[in-house]
Amino acid sequence: MAARKSVKKTNVSAEELTEHYRSMLLIRRFEEKAGQLYGMGLIGGFCHLYIGQEAVVVGLESAAEEGDKRLTSYRDHGHMLACGMEAGGVMAELTGREGGLSKGKGGSMHMFSKEKHFYGGHGIVGAQVPIGAGLAFADKYKDNGRVTFTYFGDGASNQGQVYETFNMAALWELPVIFVIENNQYAMGTSQQRSSVTPDIYTRGAAFGIPGEAVDGMSVLAVKDAGERAVAHCRAGKGPYILEVKTYRYRGHSMSDPAKYRTREEVQKMREERDPIEQVRAMLLENKYATEDDLKAIDKEIKEVVNQSADFARTSPEPALEELWTDIYA
Amino acid sequence: MATEILMPALSPTMEEGTLAKWLVKEGDTVNSGDVMAEIETDKATMEFEAVDEGIIGKILIAEGTEAVKVNTAIAILVEDGEALDATPTTAAAAAAPAAVEAPAPSAAPVAASVPAAPAVDVTPDWPEGTELVQTTVREALRDAMAEEMRSDDGVFLMGEEVAEYQGAYKISQGLLDEFGAKRVIDTPITEHGFTGIAVGAAFGGLKPIVEFMTFNFALQAMDHIINSAAKTLYMSGGQMGAPMVFRGANGAAARVGAQHSQDFAAWFMQIPGLKVAMPYSASDAKGLLKSAIRDPNPVVFLENEILYGRAFDVPKLDDYTVPFGKARIWRTGTDVTIVSFGIGMQYALEAADKLAEDGISAEVIDLRTLRPMDTPAIIKSVMKTNRLVTVEEGWPQGSVGSYISSVVMQEAFDYLDAPVINCTGKDVPMPYAANLEKHALITTEEVIEAVKQVTYR
Repeated sequence: MAARKSVKKTNVSAEELTEHYRSMLLIRRFEEKAGQLYGMGLIGGFCHLYIGQEAVVVGLESAAEEGDKRLTSYRDHGHMLACGMEAGGVMAELTGREGGLSKGKGGSMHMFSKEKHFYGGHGIVGAQVPIGAGLAFADKYKDNGRVTFTYFGDGASNQGQVYETFNMAALWELPVIFVIENNQYAMGTSQQRSSVTPDIYTRGAAFGIPGEAVDGMSVLAVKDAGERAVAHCRAGKGPYILEVKTYRYRGHSMSDPAKYRTREEVQKMREERDPIEQVRAMLLENKYATEDDLKAIDKEIKEVVNQSADFARTSPEPALEELWTDIYA
Repeated sequence: MATEILMPALSPTMEEGTLAKWLVKEGDTVNSGDVMAEIETDKATMEFEAVDEGIIGKILIAEGTEAVKVNTAIAILVEDGEALDATPTTAAAAAAPAAVEAPAPSAAPVAASVPAAPAVDVTPDWPEGTELVQTTVREALRDAMAEEMRSDDGVFLMGEEVAEYQGAYKISQGLLDEFGAKRVIDTPITEHGFTGIAVGAAFGGLKPIVEFMTFNFALQAMDHIINSAAKTLYMSGGQMGAPMVFRGANGAAARVGAQHSQDFAAWFMQIPGLKVAMPYSASDAKGLLKSAIRDPNPVVFLENEILYGRAFDVPKLDDYTVPFGKARIWRTGTDVTIVSFGIGMQYALEAADKLAEDGISAEVIDLRTLRPMDTPAIIKSVMKTNRLVTVEEGWPQGSVGSYISSVVMQEAFDYLDAPVINCTGKDVPMPYAANLEKHALITTEEVIEAVKQVTYR
């Protein structure tokens, strides 16, 4: 692979790098499996895969501490796996089964975990942005030192409520990190065709919010930037913007043939900048792992994913009484 | 020529005010634009400027006088050298423009009156013998928030002008002083954004009260009220929801035109996951708002600007709450059931009074909450009276009344002796012109006419 040629020696520990590899691979294999189940008709509706963007959430999760919060859009499977939610529960939600994290009532786009401080899973583009600031508002109110990772895409960054939120987050110095996952396409509209400013992170400047662009294909670069952002927020200095430049290999959702970009564009990205291949090469180059070690990890991950798929297939559909529960607390 | 200076109307709904302070005295010369007095309305203290130049001949209303009706002569302005006893003429330009358009009598019974239908056989919401205190709806709402904020640190209020301005309609008066800027928060004018932030704060374990200056502006925040707040409990399989209150003025005020005058009761009532309250009296405003703040679900709490200044008996109890889903029977009757809620109750009760003079006995039910709705109370009443008229200010198509009609048809069809009539606002955007506005709104006369139709009189 081309990526391997550019690899340098690293001072990141073998354990840490292996962990990144494992986490990213879990997301990749899980999403591939979800795509398969969708093709078999086991998953319905909308299903947005995270393949290609794995380094973003894995890098940022490694900068988070216990109790920190996160929320994102409908492209949420990767975020859930990265913060430790059970693969089986996520997959069973995709198949709409009783064992799903929302008992089958939320679906791919709407999942939550109080235990893992994952606040959705939001189906309306941009709606999670003020909600994330609101979670940070609650943390500041309680003075508990927590930060909230609020993920949204380049598409959502053109929603008016994002800037309403920037203003209030800066005004009230809320401990929120706005993570813009710029995968270059808002559904099928490229960033050049939808945004007048190519660097979205600069849009915080009008509100005095510091921001930076980050190589979203490099898990280590993302982690570094994440640590800077977390330190800023935890020090009580208010919000921080990370525009993480990434790339989604698959279509916007399962029904997207992705005719708006060339096959070569996707292929080039996969071959030259794939986040998992980069780490794999580093592990080998630095002699942190052998091919056999990595094969063992691959096997282990495949096992976890297969189990999640089995669970998602065999877990029963929710009881009909569930139609009428959880409407009011 | 001497001219009278009249008490001005300083807000769309002002009918009277306090002449707080004179800044001129008899014999002073005033020029156009000079501040002559400070006048306190139910919303704010305003400076009152001279329009004409002249000499203050006589001050007719002393400072500190309360409840001075709009258009009352408060002073006489004379020209230089003119005797005070010259016949005064009305200084129309000085004060009258807004005043002559004050709400028509049918839409505005005497303010601060006793509840419109007191002598009725109601099941009281408070123990017998409880001391009752005349309280305005405005004060009742403020008291409800203050009490709940005292007992729960997680309760906070956010919205436009709620803190330093003391509330655009003075509902939050005094709360900033008592609870501080951490819990009484002025927001920028950004409904979409701050409503989303409030929903996030509720997910994060707090109990926000979001004040919309009026519900017209909540349209900008509809996505968060419905998609983010109302649905999350369900979508999360019961793991997390939004314990919060969205409150503010709903429905027509007076002379503020189409974009500021509409009743959203039927809109919100449709959404599973939301609860919806729309009180009429001050005691219900207080008791329901306290229940709403404690409720673990998102509650839409629809107030009414015209009712804010209206006083009602409120029980003097340490912790007075009113449950959701329990209608209040304001007056019992045998010939017809009139069902309403919010300001519609004013027309329902007035109509019932007048109908009684004609020998028609109306039972008047105040729903108080629309979701959950106490339809069993309606059915029970219809089984007795066999006739039903619903009254609301909102539009006719898809109205609250049309829902009630369908429920009654399905559950009490055999008891009906006449088709149900829904009295609603007219099916038009609210016009500005005073005469047109009056016709766009529901009137007492229309309720009386509907009752006569269903009773075949």
